[in-house]
Amino acid sequence: MLDFAIQTKGLTRMFGDFTAVDHITFNVKQGEIFGFLGANGAGKTTAMKMLTGLLTPTSGEARVSGRDVYTEAESIKKNIGYMSQKFSLYDDLTAEENIRFYGGVYGIQPHELSQKAEELLERTGLIEERKKLVKDLPLGWKQKLAFSIAILHHPNIVFLDEPTGGVDPVTRRQFWEQIYEVSEQGITVFVTTHYMDEAEYCDRISIMVDGRMDALGTPAELKQEHSAETIEEVFIKLARSAKRGGG
Amino acid sequence: MKTVVKAVGVSKYFANVNALDNVDFEVTEGELFGVIGPDGAGKTTLFRLINTLLVPDEGSVTVLGLDSVYEYRKIRPLLGYMPGRFSLYQDLTVEENLNFFASVFGTTIESNYELIKPIYRQLEPFKTRLAGALSGGMKQKLALSCALIHKPRILLLDEPTTGVDAVSRKEFWEMLKVLKQEGITIIVSTPYMDEAKLCERVALIQDGKILQIDSPESIVEGFKKPLLGIKAKSTYQLLQALKAYPKTNSAQPFGEYVHYTEKNRTPDQDELRDFLKKQGVYDVQVVSVKPTIEDRFMELMDPQNEEENNA
Repeated sequence: MLDFAIQTKGLTRMFGDFTAVDHITFNVKQGEIFGFLGANGAGKTTAMKMLTGLLTPTSGEARVSGRDVYTEAESIKKNIGYMSQKFSLYDDLTAEENIRFYGGVYGIQPHELSQKAEELLERTGLIEERKKLVKDLPLGWKQKLAFSIAILHHPNIVFLDEPTGGVDPVTRRQFWEQIYEVSEQGITVFVTTHYMDEAEYCDRISIMVDGRMDALGTPAELKQEHSAETIEEVFIKLARSAKRGGG
Repeated sequence: MKTVVKAVGVSKYFANVNALDNVDFEVTEGELFGVIGPDGAGKTTLFRLINTLLVPDEGSVTVLGLDSVYEYRKIRPLLGYMPGRFSLYQDLTVEENLNFFASVFGTTIESNYELIKPIYRQLEPFKTRLAGALSGGMKQKLALSCALIHKPRILLLDEPTTGVDAVSRKEFWEMLKVLKQEGITIIVSTPYMDEAKLCERVALIQDGKILQIDSPESIVEGFKKPLLGIKAKSTYQLLQALKAYPKTNSAQPFGEYVHYTEKNRTPDQDELRDFLKKQGVYDVQVVSVKPTIEDRFMELMDPQNEEENNA
């Protein structure tokens, strides 16, 4: 078992003269729920792309699931899970077809896949809906399904990019219960959100400002450090100091 | 107070989906009116019925006394509409977009400059930049400027703050306050419950039905059950324990606390602490908390709660 799902040191990405991500150094412990916060344009997406093997850093070091982002990007992609609110499932495939498609992409063997698909449908309460097109499922179920599919191959770490945007308050909380469950199974959860109350549910959070990581710690530590009542206050304090007109 | 938008018994169907189900509401002149609800609740359908892009299947919508079906041509110039998805011309510059919208409504940037000035001023240094090359926050400011350029009486903003960070959201609401002072009626939708308190009145909407319309304060007052905030070392463990507790009516995480109510009574805190201790939940803190709009929204989503309240 690895100690850290993510280890970075001075991780940097430039686009021409522009430093999108500026020497970020942090570790994410295996099994941790890690909240990755920042204003629009602070560099979150660029950092996520580097950590998921989609973009090569300009300088610095990073290992994800024990693999080097420069030389083992392809292996990283196979060993992580990823889900975003913007793109997750194929609307015109059924729930079951989506499971089989992604299972295939993640290289799960056919005999193992049918069993995993059954388990997944049962666990998510979607047995009855298996033949339904995903576009006909309520948003909350779609998200539950997308999340379950993202961890079908039992990765060390799953990246959730704004998974709860626009979801009703009850479903949003059910989704977080699913996050807790996944984390109990030892899977690391790396999550971005614009809901500041959700930041409080994380074991640790980081806040990016102008490409730098200006805060890193448990929610309680950050609130104490910035003498704030809520994480929203901490966030606004830090993000207001941004020079970049990203937002 | 003059009514500027009135919906009576409005329903709208798409195939077998009942997007809006017998909806009634009125918006008065100069009001900042919020439509609060999750994705798929019917917010966008509601906006498209008001802005005359959709025709209701049942009921009627009137805007400043004009019928949305028969007098849509008269209604359109009175409205400024900012759709949820960025809908400006990405390959035109900032200034070209603004000019385009001004000319469509038969006006010029100059004649309405004062109105858009507080917003547009921040964009002016980039007026020769292509709209597609702007950052998210700048796009939003341009879209708002374009929706305002013909000096509409009513501004319809469909989820202007979705996917926008907490700081930019705050700034956007500050801009709306300024516009309100100009006397423009603003109808704005959002999935963020905490933004409800920035409106004068809000409609809570879910599954095509309006759950309640009132001032944010009155909506919160509708939450009658004594509410506790409980904190523990592990929130997950605390939640699991509360779900197993027979007296629990609701247990929902809110930031670092779990908001908790008991069935039909004021919680017995000692009994609750005892139970949590037996379940091995450590570092338990219990405080009395004030409900928020989100507490009330979740209560309204569950019809069982309403029956109890009315009983």
